[in-house]
Amino acid sequence: MDKPFAITLDPGSSLANRTGSWRTFKPLYLDRLPPCNAACPAGENIQGWLFHAESGDYEAAWRALTENNPLPAIMGRVCYHPCQGACNRQNIDSSVGINAVERFLGDEAIKRGWAFPKPANKSGKRVLVVGAGPSGLSAAYHLARLGHEVEIHEAGPYAGGMMRFGIPQYRLPRDVLNAEVKRILDLGVVLRLDTKVSNIQDSMQAGQFDAAFLAVGAHIGKRAFIPAGDATKIVDAVSVLRSMEGEDKPMLGRRVVVYGGGNTAIDVARTVKRLGASEAIIVYRRTREKAPAHDFEIEEALQEGVMVKWLSTIKQAGEGEITIEKMALDDKGFPQPTGEFETLAADSVVLALGQDVDLSLLDGLPGLELKDGTVQVNQNMMTGHPGIFAGGDMVPSERTVTVAVGHGKKAAHHIDAWLRGETYAPPPKHEIASFDKLNPWYYTEAPHMVRPTLDIIRRQSTFEEVQGGLDENNALFEARRCLSCGNCFECDNCYGVCPDNAVIKLGPGKRFEFNYDYCKGCGVCAAECPCGAIKMMPEEN
Amino acid sequence: MSFQPIKFYQTGTFTVGNRLLAPEERSVQASDKRYNSINSGHRACQGCGEALGARYAIDAAMEATQGQLICANATGCLEVFSTPYPETSWQIPWVHSLFGNTAAVATGIAAALKVKQKKGERNPAIRVVAQGGDGGTTDIGFGCLSGMFERNDDVLYICYDNGGYMNTGVQRSSATPPAARTATTMAVGSEPGNAFGQGKFVPAIAMAHEIPYVATATVADLRDLEAKVSRAMELRGARYIHILVPCPLGWGTASSETIKIARLAKETGLFPVFSAEYGEQKSALAIRQKLPVEDYLRPQKRYAHLFGKQPDVQVIAKLQALADRNIRKYNLLEGL
Repeated sequence: MDKPFAITLDPGSSLANRTGSWRTFKPLYLDRLPPCNAACPAGENIQGWLFHAESGDYEAAWRALTENNPLPAIMGRVCYHPCQGACNRQNIDSSVGINAVERFLGDEAIKRGWAFPKPANKSGKRVLVVGAGPSGLSAAYHLARLGHEVEIHEAGPYAGGMMRFGIPQYRLPRDVLNAEVKRILDLGVVLRLDTKVSNIQDSMQAGQFDAAFLAVGAHIGKRAFIPAGDATKIVDAVSVLRSMEGEDKPMLGRRVVVYGGGNTAIDVARTVKRLGASEAIIVYRRTREKAPAHDFEIEEALQEGVMVKWLSTIKQAGEGEITIEKMALDDKGFPQPTGEFETLAADSVVLALGQDVDLSLLDGLPGLELKDGTVQVNQNMMTGHPGIFAGGDMVPSERTVTVAVGHGKKAAHHIDAWLRGETYAPPPKHEIASFDKLNPWYYTEAPHMVRPTLDIIRRQSTFEEVQGGLDENNALFEARRCLSCGNCFECDNCYGVCPDNAVIKLGPGKRFEFNYDYCKGCGVCAAECPCGAIKMMPEEN
Repeated sequence: MSFQPIKFYQTGTFTVGNRLLAPEERSVQASDKRYNSINSGHRACQGCGEALGARYAIDAAMEATQGQLICANATGCLEVFSTPYPETSWQIPWVHSLFGNTAAVATGIAAALKVKQKKGERNPAIRVVAQGGDGGTTDIGFGCLSGMFERNDDVLYICYDNGGYMNTGVQRSSATPPAARTATTMAVGSEPGNAFGQGKFVPAIAMAHEIPYVATATVADLRDLEAKVSRAMELRGARYIHILVPCPLGWGTASSETIKIARLAKETGLFPVFSAEYGEQKSALAIRQKLPVEDYLRPQKRYAHLFGKQPDVQVIAKLQALADRNIRKYNLLEGL
């Protein structure tokens, strides 16, 4: 024994004491589903692309975004952003401006000329896409990236569908639309314009296609019977908006009445105002709260001088004037006539009462099921006829660009699987990272960055884009407002707050690991994780 | 204290690290090369605030001195759970001392270093830290501590305040807050729990010694704590840092809530977080979201007697008055 006086043992380290055996609860890292992702009809991984945008790597962000949606510059303008309605940040200050950042990334991609990677493998299969609207373009993009040969047959003279013939230029400038369409075509997608498919089976046989995706949209304006004299001009909204794309602008006179309460009605009213109408009056039979149009669009229209007659129906159209009847809501919230009448001066009436689908190309197709003028599809987006899939406005769903893009992506995955004789099983969804899973203490207060809005005078007279974009600084700021709900963003909190040094830091991008030899299961890491990416689970035994 | 201007990254500087900050702007605890002065395998209870506070503080002191540090430790929880012979969790030069003489032991080490430096035998960069719990600091070791202060010995003394003698069975100390139940201040009689108007707030007494540096901190504000330790290591002479470290066992809180409880102590104003130099207050960590004291008291079983069928509004009001006085006295709403 050569130890000092009274010393009989060598100094040992407490590492010999495996305190992990005390544990009754065990922390686990997990990814939860951010509410924005869950709400996105196009299935974007929003938190995922914001993560890259936060560090200023816009190209990586754009690439992550376009994994799911090939049209960010369009989407950043026309999407009604249900993601922002679901955003957890509204419980702290206000939602993250996801839509504005998306538009910034989309514009940045056009400016810098970023292109999609060419598909690595060719499958040798040919797919026909009917219609070059958002749904068809989205399907074509995903199918091309999966290695299939894609041909789009479009009846109209330009690609874009309702994005061109339905959405006015002040909401979506055409150079943006053209740039994003071209980028998809650069993948090798063949686009045949002015090629109306009159019989789907014939077209498939002629082109030797293995599968088809139908996305012809809904562009036949619904009519309503209005007793009218010869003098009053009655037209439908879709044809008004479509003629805006041609040489001859619609002639509607100085006083225009628009009948309907949806987004199309608002678009038409704002368009005729810009064409020089002194009065653009929307007549809608229910109230503003019940109108299907988005409230911010109604608000913008009102700012621009559009007038609205709520709770009114058109009874009769006479020479230079129309008769409207006032309505009242009954107990069930349905409008009922009151017998009170009013006359309005009007040179023309535009009907914006919804649209029907032109289903003529499907005549004689066996197995097909139609209901209420739309094509029925199963959960794989396939019609009753094997190999023919459909999406967008022609199938029953909410009719928005974003939903259509989502249909295109979903159908593409199923078409790809079907062509290989398999079924596509989407990856299981994680549980939602609701606000109660977060620790909001750690997030700093940061007000929402507002996009600039065009001056009111220019909004009433020109078709310039109403809403501006963010510049790089405020786009970065806005991206950094993301709470990263349910997904580790490497804030080092778990690593720092563990009283037992039982969290191992794996380095940038690699996240963390628990050292279960020493973790006592106190749960401080889970309680102090800002974004809810740690869960405590009971230990077995 | 301007330890880090808030930048509008996801979390500003509230979290331990932040991948968007440059490495030199991150906290000591965020580094994978931190000293881990007190290592895994220690026997502190689950969610121990003291084990956490000790690592935060000593790692920061090690960082500030580039590892040239000697530490004297008072008997108490911290010593019992970290160093049951022959094992130790400490990965630094560390000296055991009695319950009451840590300040004197540290003074002795500092004096010895001075002599050795004069003889040229030692690197003058070696610094001395003494640490102990509130029992060893505010009660038993108070004479030695006051002596260390008034002689202005070159020692940083760190007190981890969990408001009682926890490892011996949760007895009252002079740092036990009023109305708190301990084994020696039971929740019985007309004034249940610890008495009002007794005990002491040692940071104020330390300020009265007009020593170079006095500060308070909590385990809920890591960056503030690290900034205070590193400021203390910039100065010479007697320095004192008092860190609030919740004790799940003694306070009757869930082990996962240690940091939350410390945060509530600060946000309610019951525990003022400030610093002082040469007897004058220099900074105050502002309250971010002012909360009523009830939010802090209710989750703790040591205050359960205040929240029976009829909440004891009078006692709660007296505690609120203490918080309000702290807020006024230390400027906790605006911060300094």
